Amino acid sequence: MEEGFFAAFLVVIAFACLIIAGKTYDQVMAFHTAIGSLAAAVGAFLIFKKFFEGRAPVPQEINGKPNYNLGPIKFGAWAAVFWGVAGFTVGLIIALQLAYPVLNFDLPWTNFGRLRPLHTSAVIFAFGGNVLLATSFYVVQRTSRARMPGTIAPWFVILGYNMFIVIAGTGYLLGATQSKEYAEPEWYADLWLTIVWVAYLLVFLGTLWKRKEPHIYVANWFYLAFIVTIAMLHIVNNLTVPVTIYGTKSYILWAGVQDAMVQWWYGHNAVGFFLTAGFLAIMYYFVPKRAERPVYSYRLSIVHFWALIFLYIWAGPHHLHYTALPQWASTLGATFSIILWMPSWGGMINGLMTLSGAWDKLRTDPVLRMMVVSIAFYGMSTFEGPLMSLRAVNSLSHYTDWTIGHVHSGALGWVGYISFGALYCLIPWLWNKKQVYSLKLVNWHFWISTIGIVLYICAMWVSGIMQGLMWRAYDSMGFLEYSFIETVEAMHPFYVIRALGGALFVAGSLIMAYNLWMTVRHGEAEEAETAPVGTMAPAE
Amino acid sequence: MNETYEAVASFAQTWGLIYFVVLFAGVVAYALWPKNAKRFDDAAQIPLRED
Repeated sequence: MEEGFFAAFLVVIAFACLIIAGKTYDQVMAFHTAIGSLAAAVGAFLIFKKFFEGRAPVPQEINGKPNYNLGPIKFGAWAAVFWGVAGFTVGLIIALQLAYPVLNFDLPWTNFGRLRPLHTSAVIFAFGGNVLLATSFYVVQRTSRARMPGTIAPWFVILGYNMFIVIAGTGYLLGATQSKEYAEPEWYADLWLTIVWVAYLLVFLGTLWKRKEPHIYVANWFYLAFIVTIAMLHIVNNLTVPVTIYGTKSYILWAGVQDAMVQWWYGHNAVGFFLTAGFLAIMYYFVPKRAERPVYSYRLSIVHFWALIFLYIWAGPHHLHYTALPQWASTLGATFSIILWMPSWGGMINGLMTLSGAWDKLRTDPVLRMMVVSIAFYGMSTFEGPLMSLRAVNSLSHYTDWTIGHVHSGALGWVGYISFGALYCLIPWLWNKKQVYSLKLVNWHFWISTIGIVLYICAMWVSGIMQGLMWRAYDSMGFLEYSFIETVEAMHPFYVIRALGGALFVAGSLIMAYNLWMTVRHGEAEEAETAPVGTMAPAE
Repeated sequence: MNETYEAVASFAQTWGLIYFVVLFAGVVAYALWPKNAKRFDDAAQIPLRED
């Protein structure tokens, strides 16, 4: 039944893509539909092959224990490592381009305008998205004590999502974009993501439906809020009409200031529900698990959850101070941003205090240290954000590098570190290993990338505030004191420092990739069934 | 035009306030309700239980 449905669906997609590929005038569309057709055909073939091999259905339980479905999670975890390293590297390249413009190479495909969305989508949606998919499938199964429903559906979600990433990323490089920040993919990629996302929601809800545990653990609430809200945001911000189905170009339904408002309602809640709610779910499962203590206050986590999801959705207008947006709307956005201090800091306290009585573990366990520092960064950037949302502060900070620094303290510090912590836990668990290959290397990763983040953020603070002050400086005659190019020149040293910080962060992620690879290859097995050391296969 | 704005604004300012206060009070009451204490303490242990 499930096989038949997915096989039929993929066959339809394969033929639809083939027809479009044949009739299109648009090279990017031809390229993407060719990829789509091929991928759908391979998918359908694999389903048929599996069906005709007639394998026995997978048992739901083995010896009374749930038989968790780990395959898609393993894929998602490694996809996250791959996209993470790739996305950080593209970030480093564009940081260097800002310091040394010659690195744009005067080619359309390598210019900053195309690489920048490649970087943001690769780190947020490819790296972060795969971390969220992998951890959510793991956490919802473990805390529900039930196997995910479906045999094809979970694979469809994880592979379909990565297919979206490939289509989106190659589209940017070839110039297909709808020019909405963090929502650049064109209409056909958006439609595909919508289908994948509905399947994701159904698999997640299906697991909760099958749960043996009476209570739905708080992490699952955060994951669910993330999935549902992202679906809503994605659909409303991508209500586009394609010029023709044979072309990539489309036009959005919204116009003017309404479009701007929808875009930043989307943009800010992508931060709130993708980069915050989803990763808070990771915090609520992985920190207690690693510290081996229950969350500090389960009651606080309930208040944290409901307060966060009901308040975040209103904060978007603070991105549009001093624009055509009515002042009351941007004031409303700033007001809700300030109120958000409460749930943000409540959540931070809840995460940090989970370690009370186990603080000594910070000395010995660099993975836990990474997660705790990430929570500290969460507290810092959610303190800074509401400040920057105030009109007076925003008039200085907006359009400057201060914003970039703020985003990266959240992205590198909070999202990056909680993800690294989760991966360092998850990969040994998935492959039945006692521990990561080397805690010493985790320690190196931690310190190298922490220095990188500090260099990055400090450089951007100084550069951003300097830039803002130079823009608003007048001389005694009432003329602007600095030309724009003078501000660019003044920022050069800070751009170099930022690129250095980024390089350190990339280096840290490479250490992690090596360490995780060695964990899978040579980590000490959890059970006492390890082969004698001499018989181990050499590394390939 | 202005009247519509005033009406919408006053509606949002009063009922919006009531909406959030009631919602928050409900959530806090649910979280702190003595009868729920055991259930929540139990739920907090879910990740730590081995299976």
